[in-house]
Amino acid sequence: MRRVLAVALLAIPLAGLAAGALGSRYVGLPGGVFKSVLRYEDAKDGVRIAPFALMRRPVTNAEFLDFVRTHPQWQRGKVAPVFAEARYLSHWAGPTTLGDNALPDRPVVWVSWFAADAYCDSIGARLPNWNEWEYAAAADETRRDARADPAWRERILGWYSRPSNTVLPRVGLQAPNAWGVQDLHGLVWEWTEDASSLLVDSDNRTQGDPDKAKFCGAGALSMDDRENYAVMMRVAMLSSLDGHDATANMGFRCAWSAPR
Amino acid sequence: MKAATLRLLTLAIAIAIGLPACSKDEAATDPATTAIADDTGGSAKGDFGPPQGAPVEAVLTSPPLVPPATGRTAPAKVIVSLDVVEKDMEISEGVTYTFWTFGGTVPGSFIRVRQGDTVEFHLRNMPDSKMPHNIDLHGVTGPGGGAASSFTAPGHVSRFTFKALNAGLYVYHCATAPVGMHVANGMYGLILVEPPQGLPKVDREYYVMQGDFYTTGKYREKGHQGFNMEKAIDENPTYVLFNGMEGSMTGDKALTAKTGETVRLYVGNGGPNLVSSFHVIGEIFDKVWYEGGTKFQENVQTTLIPAGGAMMAEFHMEVPGSYVLVDHSIFRAFNKGALAILKAEGPENKAIYSGKEVDAVYLGDQAAGTSRAPVAAAAASAKSGNLTKEEQIAAGKVLFAGTCSTCHQPDGAGMPGVFPPLAGSDFLKANPKRLPEIILHGLVGPVTVNGKDYNSNMPPMSQLTDDEVANIGTYVLNSWGNPGGQVSKADAAAARAAKPANSSDGH
Repeated sequence: MRRVLAVALLAIPLAGLAAGALGSRYVGLPGGVFKSVLRYEDAKDGVRIAPFALMRRPVTNAEFLDFVRTHPQWQRGKVAPVFAEARYLSHWAGPTTLGDNALPDRPVVWVSWFAADAYCDSIGARLPNWNEWEYAAAADETRRDARADPAWRERILGWYSRPSNTVLPRVGLQAPNAWGVQDLHGLVWEWTEDASSLLVDSDNRTQGDPDKAKFCGAGALSMDDRENYAVMMRVAMLSSLDGHDATANMGFRCAWSAPR
Repeated sequence: MKAATLRLLTLAIAIAIGLPACSKDEAATDPATTAIADDTGGSAKGDFGPPQGAPVEAVLTSPPLVPPATGRTAPAKVIVSLDVVEKDMEISEGVTYTFWTFGGTVPGSFIRVRQGDTVEFHLRNMPDSKMPHNIDLHGVTGPGGGAASSFTAPGHVSRFTFKALNAGLYVYHCATAPVGMHVANGMYGLILVEPPQGLPKVDREYYVMQGDFYTTGKYREKGHQGFNMEKAIDENPTYVLFNGMEGSMTGDKALTAKTGETVRLYVGNGGPNLVSSFHVIGEIFDKVWYEGGTKFQENVQTTLIPAGGAMMAEFHMEVPGSYVLVDHSIFRAFNKGALAILKAEGPENKAIYSGKEVDAVYLGDQAAGTSRAPVAAAAASAKSGNLTKEEQIAAGKVLFAGTCSTCHQPDGAGMPGVFPPLAGSDFLKANPKRLPEIILHGLVGPVTVNGKDYNSNMPPMSQLTDDEVANIGTYVLNSWGNPGGQVSKADAAAARAAKPANSSDGH
């Protein structure tokens, strides 16, 4: 099934991207019904995820450099402040130079949601939505859904409990998961298309409170799986940021929808 | 200020009314007077009006230090700037842990304001933080205690303002999902809201906060240890610590005081799980403002500090020496790290505490039912030079019961594999002369007795006199099928002078 889908995705004609490039950079995921840790009032038995393709690795500094060269409006200093805060790409040596603090094969960080969105758009792709991301990231090296395994959670929490004041490792250093995707955990946080609607209450303890104004936004979301701290913390991180914000450990990867 | 004066006045009136009618019965049947006198009015009486004067930057201190008293008599606007820092620090010697901190320390910086102050709080999350954080101050009146207003992404700063309406000592902590993990990683501290009249002056103030920690490795397992969620959910801590590190207040870092001084401890309990039975070994709290509130209890040995709670305690130091702060759930103190030292210097005060006056052998149960008479008889005979072997055996039996039988057993059978037998011992038979030497110097390392290997550490029994060694030795040689013979006082003295290679340095 998976292979068939991958082939189908390869067949999508794409402007500006050779089929081979797509094949090596993305991997196809079949979709299906997926039980998210988020509580959806309208999808209590799980969310339906359509087949999609996801970048195997987060976008690197080198790749993002190509983008800002061809799209100068996204260069540091040129970008409108509403789209990217002052620290946008501040770890680069210059607007179009990477330098020692941003090696080419490291994931790009200090990028705003708007910049990430523009990058994906520039290659005809989009940011994955939260459900797609969570679905892909539920896997470990051998299982497509390893979330029930305490060891899976412990590994993720282990990364959370290390401070990010050290240099980031390169992308692709970790083994691919069962889908063939790398670095979903243990490298950087990643923007999702719907990050701004992930309204986890900023005071975690009031989630049983039916205060709709606070946390029942677009998706009327709340956490359904309280055991799953690992994912909960990622949602908390995304919900703490606005679209123009950038941090030292927030990167992204792009996704594709399969043709209907 | 006005409210405070009014309250003092009320108190004065209550006392004035109460004093003439001082019988206990009268006081007990007059609850109205008591209620008025005791009640501070809480938050409803805690607003002393708008802040006066220029804003004041709060002095923040790292544990175990406490900022100086505010010294203010009017409500002020106080600016508190607190950094959230995620950093690796030692949790125990050779063991590191990634702490999440308020101000770079565990517990976080101590904040001191006055009741009625307007506090403008700036929570700054360092750019290299991995996590968003917030702060819930128990001293805040309002939903979430500030948590909902202070959710701060890495590299951001949040600001909110509150009026400190209730006096007391309050815990603050992070309340970001998952709260338990943020607290377990060290995100808590104390904020003191002084009552309007301030707190009674003392000579020393210290800041101590207990917390329980859950690491992937065992207690004192070296290297970097991660957080273990399973242990945290099971409430099974690896460490229970004061001020976030085993040994944070011992040795060179011990708290200090002088005799004649009054010490006040501000003690909080961050949790996340355990309740503390806080005790200072060797001191009695003269006063405990239990639960960090307005009233104090006097003459307290151990006080309970709930998780997410605090208390203040005062005591006057009379006797120099080391006082040990513990959680009296005592395995936490000796097996999980909940231990700190307060060192008091000054002249000895023997009238209050003598120090050790006598260290004599106490035979306890081992000697129960055994008359000490043979020992006295042997001593008398030894003095007169007429000591017989029988007297020695009789005295030795009593001494053996009090000293040696704990390990070697009253019947000399020992314990297989642990304590070698003395009964029918081929080891003794081979060299009976060694007996006084072993008693006085102990024996460490492998020996084979009656075909069984032993490898233990018998401590030297050098507290025994030569007479006692001679009597015990003679008793052993003449009991349980041993070859017989006699150990003299001179033999014991000679053995004491010699020190064999495999003697023990003690336990």
